[in-house]
Amino acid sequence: MSVVRGISAFGRGTIENTTGWGAAWVFMYHILVGIFSRPFRGRLILRQLLEIGFNSTLVIFLIGGFTGAVLAVQGEYTLSKFGATAWTGPMVALSLIRELAPVLTALMVIGRAGSAITAEIGIMRITEQIDALRSMAVDPIRYLMVPRFIAAVISMPLLMCVFTSVGIGGGYLVGVKLLGLSPGSFMGQIISNIDILDVNSGLIKSTVFGIIFGWVCCYKGYTCGFGAVGVNKATTQAVVTASVCVLVVDYFLTSILNRIFF
Amino acid sequence: MISVKDIHKRFGKQIVLNGISHDFMPGKITTVVGPSGVGKSVLLKLILGILVPEKGDILIEGHSITLANTEAEKNEIRANLGVLFQSAALFDSLTVYDNIAFPLVERTYLSRPEIHEKVSFMLEALSLQPYYTKLPQEISLGMRKRVGMARSLIMEPKVLLIDEPNTGLDPLVGQEVYDLIKLCHSQWKFTGVVISHELPEVFQVSDRMIMLLNGKIHLEGTPQDFIDSTDLAVQQFIQGRLDGPITIQ
Repeated sequence: MSVVRGISAFGRGTIENTTGWGAAWVFMYHILVGIFSRPFRGRLILRQLLEIGFNSTLVIFLIGGFTGAVLAVQGEYTLSKFGATAWTGPMVALSLIRELAPVLTALMVIGRAGSAITAEIGIMRITEQIDALRSMAVDPIRYLMVPRFIAAVISMPLLMCVFTSVGIGGGYLVGVKLLGLSPGSFMGQIISNIDILDVNSGLIKSTVFGIIFGWVCCYKGYTCGFGAVGVNKATTQAVVTASVCVLVVDYFLTSILNRIFF
Repeated sequence: MISVKDIHKRFGKQIVLNGISHDFMPGKITTVVGPSGVGKSVLLKLILGILVPEKGDILIEGHSITLANTEAEKNEIRANLGVLFQSAALFDSLTVYDNIAFPLVERTYLSRPEIHEKVSFMLEALSLQPYYTKLPQEISLGMRKRVGMARSLIMEPKVLLIDEPNTGLDPLVGQEVYDLIKLCHSQWKFTGVVISHELPEVFQVSDRMIMLLNGKIHLEGTPQDFIDSTDLAVQQFIQGRLDGPITIQ
């Protein structure tokens, strides 16, 4: 009996997962259709850019600055064993541009703005505001999700650039002012060793992470369950799912981009 | 007119509506009553096209919302409907003014002065002028219902659906909402569908009533027919007694 119960539980789980993934892809399809449909809701997109992008800059400043600083300290220590401390600048910059800035920015924005998006949409769902939109013949996906999705995709690369710049600044301050590295060498090595393809790689990653962030957080809010427990569950699921997806996709994206660009 | 024909709706194994048919009289208010969980709000969502029945058809002004395939088709039919939700369902980020103006902004090509004129008229008609700059969370639930009513009437719909008008309100504010429904009905002459379990209070706004029980229409008639009914379930429900054929779910 326990074998039968196990098989049926496995079957039920498979069906639920498949249905969930199918619904998520259909949701994404409606968002993509919505992006290219009229009316264009510029004001709503600007409001979301403010919410997701601008309001995340302080945390990105903090995290970026300290990440760059830590990289400089660790890099200088490691490179000093090989007598190559002059390479601290490029090490900090390359690590940030190609890997840490896109990933950490995505994780921070998911934690800060993603949870807020899911909770906000979830509460709109349970307080019948989404039903109210539909009753007024306004498509909730176009009105609520599309502006958030567009803002997420635009904000993420911009925030990644802020993270990288502040991170290099933090690395410079620690490397040059505290550890005594040559300022000319620090910046000069960065300029001569960073290629535009490195920047492109980071920007592509950030854009993809923005898509994941917008998609997962909007979808989890839109399909949120009943009551406070439903919103709580949806918010947790959104943050965990989006964060895990970012890390998994990052691996594959890095492998693919390395083959294409380098 | 709204015409509901042989509607069946189930969630999983639970049958909620099992062959409901009813023609809602144009220009009159029909109240759908019944114990909690009997499918009153489900019927409202079926009329709105938010839920789809397994079987049957719902015609709104002659157009089937159940057979409409796309949201665009449904939206055309929904243009005849206004809805006052249980919690008013106002948009938290918009002021009272913007909530009322919302359907005009989203669904019409009216200019700003034209929208302002219509919203000002509605604010005046429903005594909402002192609150127009407030956010929904800054006003009472009774006032939110008033704003919800204004928003649902701003497009002058032929049909107004009202879900549990005085849930969560004290008797005084509840009476105020009933007075509001009467006032709006006398002014806009809409076909009203009120979902409620508040008996006998809801009698005062009802021209016709239907009672749902066990997925079927148990009784339909005027409020007086309900008062005069000798049916045990109807009397148990009106009097709010625990003993009787209706069991608490």
